[in-house]
Amino acid sequence: MSYRIEPRRNASALANLLAPVIAVALTLLFGGALFAVLGYPPIETLTAFFIRPVSSMYGFTELLVKAVPLIIIAAGLSVGFRANVWNIGAEGQLTMGAIAATGVGLFAPEALYPMLLPLMFVAGLVGGAAWAGIAALLRTKLNTNEILVTLMLTYIAGLFLSFLVRGPWRDPNGYNFPQTALLPYEGMLEPLDPMYRVTASVVFALIALVALWVVTARSFAGYRLSVGGAAPRAARYAGFSEKGAIWVGLLTGGAAAGIAGFYEAAGPLGQLSAVISPGYGFAAIIVAFVGRLSAPGILLGGLFLALTYVGGESVQMSHGIPSPITRVFQGLLLFLLLASEFFVSYRLVRTGRAAA
Amino acid sequence: MSELAISIFTGTLIAATPLLLAALGELVVEKSGVLNLGIEGMMLIGAAAGFLVAVQGGGLLPAFAVAALAGAVAAALFGVLTLLFLTNQYAAGLALAIFGSGVSATLGVGFGSQPIEALAPLNLGPLADLPLLGPLLFRFDIMVYLGLALVPVTWWWLNRSRAGLVLRVVGEAPGNAHALGYNVLRIRFLAILWGGALAGLAGGYLSLAYTAIWVENMTAGRGWIALSLVVFATWRPFRVLAGAVLFGGVTILQLHGQILGLPVPSEALSAAPYVATILVLVVISQNRARMALDVPLSLGKPFRARD
Repeated sequence: MSYRIEPRRNASALANLLAPVIAVALTLLFGGALFAVLGYPPIETLTAFFIRPVSSMYGFTELLVKAVPLIIIAAGLSVGFRANVWNIGAEGQLTMGAIAATGVGLFAPEALYPMLLPLMFVAGLVGGAAWAGIAALLRTKLNTNEILVTLMLTYIAGLFLSFLVRGPWRDPNGYNFPQTALLPYEGMLEPLDPMYRVTASVVFALIALVALWVVTARSFAGYRLSVGGAAPRAARYAGFSEKGAIWVGLLTGGAAAGIAGFYEAAGPLGQLSAVISPGYGFAAIIVAFVGRLSAPGILLGGLFLALTYVGGESVQMSHGIPSPITRVFQGLLLFLLLASEFFVSYRLVRTGRAAA
Repeated sequence: MSELAISIFTGTLIAATPLLLAALGELVVEKSGVLNLGIEGMMLIGAAAGFLVAVQGGGLLPAFAVAALAGAVAAALFGVLTLLFLTNQYAAGLALAIFGSGVSATLGVGFGSQPIEALAPLNLGPLADLPLLGPLLFRFDIMVYLGLALVPVTWWWLNRSRAGLVLRVVGEAPGNAHALGYNVLRIRFLAILWGGALAGLAGGYLSLAYTAIWVENMTAGRGWIALSLVVFATWRPFRVLAGAVLFGGVTILQLHGQILGLPVPSEALSAAPYVATILVLVVISQNRARMALDVPLSLGKPFRARD
């Protein structure tokens, strides 16, 4: 008995919903097997990875702290991905957003302090969008592949950050550590509750999700963007601009990543150092895919990917498992999701020998 | 010729070697119609796996073999996803890049500080003692020569051998290849394995010869630069060599700049290869007609037999 791949006439809505669920379940299964191979008790370790870190209020708020940048960036990237614009340099755009926001926070005159946070927000947005804008400019004017450009710009942004914190922006009273001075009090976000590190950025993440939902599901602009990405020629006949889609896609992703950079700098970090993100910009790509580029999906995907961060830290402390295991889980999840997606568009049809 | 010029020349070829190996592998993969963005991940896995073997006293030859094998195994994951599950190749390649960075970092934890003996230059006897030519050409390690030799071999295989012709047909018109009785998926899978093995070897070169240490994410974007090189070279092996030498040269010149203490921040010099990549891509992308002529027609498109 053999099977044949057959495309479904209509994408399966059920499979579309189930694919991420199956992928998560399989990730847990493979993850457990991986722990067993590494010589750790699988159930115990999975519990320490996925459940224990969020079984306290503090743990849950830490999950939110990590989920917020993922969700904000993924919401922005989804706009681009829908338009088939491959911005994979959100990590660099986050870095530039954080640099711009911190620059304003550190060097703005005190007269501006009453409105320092809004100014830093705008600086972060502009910093991230401008960095992505380079890729948009090169793509639309000079036909240069945006995947490679946004990635190269990520390495350049990392080096620029390193230059700043070791050079001109280094805290003169910082015992030579590669970091800037702390932001002034007016440039830092108060935690919503002094017990935890969660700030108003949670609210912004929700706003970003609602905005994504409105734009993609309810507006003509979102439709035009998707057509421009999926079928550039059809879009041109309809009078929609492919270049417009590229600009909007890249700038939205860049702005979102830049805002996430602002929230990181003004929130949990309070200053810049040589490393400011544990790969949020890359993990957010996975969040966007796992979330099917939709707002509710990104919410769930962001929480799950955040769990891989706190889980990685948790098993490092409890079992001494190296924390890069986080990225193994993230890669594994994306692999399995992509494999599960197969059943959205195709099905296996049993072919009897006689029929062939 | 001064010592400095000689060291820049040889340093350039050594820095070019990992780029050359990885890019030549990816070129064959792309010629078969598959775009594997995950070179960075496969290089990292190769670098970590090879280093693990060497640091535990396994010897350098087995270390390189394991590096290539590990790269191929990682590539096989990508192959199964894209060929059997008809996954978007961009997304699968990205997943491989993230996965590879995580796997390699997990494998390599705790081994980084341990030194190993780097791959030694090949003993070419009297040739190495020739005046000028000796230090210029005959004091490299074997991998440099292997990388250089792969350039004409890849060219010949693709353009003059029957198997290479079949591979190109599979990349240009998989439907026709299938109708002629060739197994498109099998040919693409083999190409993907080959690309993975060379990427693993390239990573192994970094950890076993170039630096002889393991550092997390030590490829530092070389996998992505290799990917750019294939575009830059418009899918031609000898142009890949030219591109790899160009980038090797940029890398070595900026290192010399840092050693000489140029009045430029070292980070600006370190950024030179990435800036150069963007500039090169901009220049090459200008000629749209040439790109359209050279790109394998079915690049990035999944193939499903309809019988």
